[in-house]
Amino acid sequence: MGFDVESYLSEHSNGDVILYYKGNIDSDVINHVLDTVEDKLVAGNEHPKLRKKVYNVLVESLQNLYHHVDRVPGDFEDQSSERYGLLQIRKIEDGYKIITGNFIRKDNIERLEEKIKRINRSSQEEIKELYKFILNHQRITNKGGGGLGLVDIARKTGNKLEYAFREYNTDYSFFYLDIHVNDNEK
Amino acid sequence: MEPIIIEGTAKTPSVRFDANAKIFEIKGRSIPENSVEFYKPLVDWLEQYKENPLEKTEVNIKLEYFNTSSSKCILDVFKKLEAIHKAKNEVQINWYYEEDDEDMLEAGEDYESIIRVPFKMIVTE
Repeated sequence: MGFDVESYLSEHSNGDVILYYKGNIDSDVINHVLDTVEDKLVAGNEHPKLRKKVYNVLVESLQNLYHHVDRVPGDFEDQSSERYGLLQIRKIEDGYKIITGNFIRKDNIERLEEKIKRINRSSQEEIKELYKFILNHQRITNKGGGGLGLVDIARKTGNKLEYAFREYNTDYSFFYLDIHVNDNEK
Repeated sequence: MEPIIIEGTAKTPSVRFDANAKIFEIKGRSIPENSVEFYKPLVDWLEQYKENPLEKTEVNIKLEYFNTSSSKCILDVFKKLEAIHKAKNEVQINWYYEEDDEDMLEAGEDYESIIRVPFKMIVTE
C-alpha cells in the first residue's frame, strides 16, 4: 500500500513541530491538545493576542474534525478510531501553522471544495458578512456543527485557506487543511 | 423564579441568571463540542422569565473564548432578550472584551448589528 497520511507533512516541514497527533478525535483528546498548546504558547512567551488567535483557530479546526470527518476506509491501518484525524502544529518564523488531516468520501469533496473556494474568493469584508449571515440564518446541524468553522478560521487569520486532497482509493481521499496564523506583531 | 447558577468548566462558562439579585451573567470559556445541550436550559429559563421580567434586565457577557457552535446558541439567548426588550422592558447587554482582543470586540459588534437591544462594549485590562 502506497498511501502515507504523513507524506503531506514531510513535504511541508518548515519550522518546529510543537505538537503532533494522529488517531481518534474525541472530547478528551481535544481537551488535552488545547491544554498542551495553551501551556506551550505561554511557555514560549507569545503575546496574548497571538495566543488567543492560535487557540481560537485550534478549537475550530479540532471541532471541525470532531463534527465532520468521514469514517475511515475499511482497509486503513487504524480501524479503532471512530473519528480519525491528524493534527500538527508548527511554530514558524512569522507565526504558527495548524495542519489537520482527515478522510473524506469522494462524493463529499465537491461540496467542501466549493465552500473553501467561496471563502477564498471573498474579501475580508465579505467573509465578515458571510459569517453574520450564516450565524443569523443557519441552524445548528444534526452533526452539531454550525457551518461556521471554516469561515471563522478565514476571518480570524485573515489568510486564504490552503488545502489539498490526496487520493486514497476509488472511494476515499485524504483532506488536509493547512492554516497559517500570522504573528501580526512581527 | 428560581435562579440558574452554573459553575464554569474548562469548556463551559459560569452562568448566573438570578432575577431576585438582578444579576445576569455569562463568564469564561464557551467551547463545548455540544453547545446546544449547555445553552438550552438558559434559553428555556429566559423564555419563562420573559413572562414577568424586571423593569430593567442588564446582562453581562464576559467571555474569554467562544467557539462557533456556541456563537449560535449565544444568539438564541440574545433573541430571547430581544423579545423581552420588544415587550417594552428595558434590556441592556454589556459585552466585555480584553483590551487588545479585536476579535472579541468584533464578535460583540456582530451581535449588536443583528439583535435589536442596546449593547455596551466594555474594555477590560
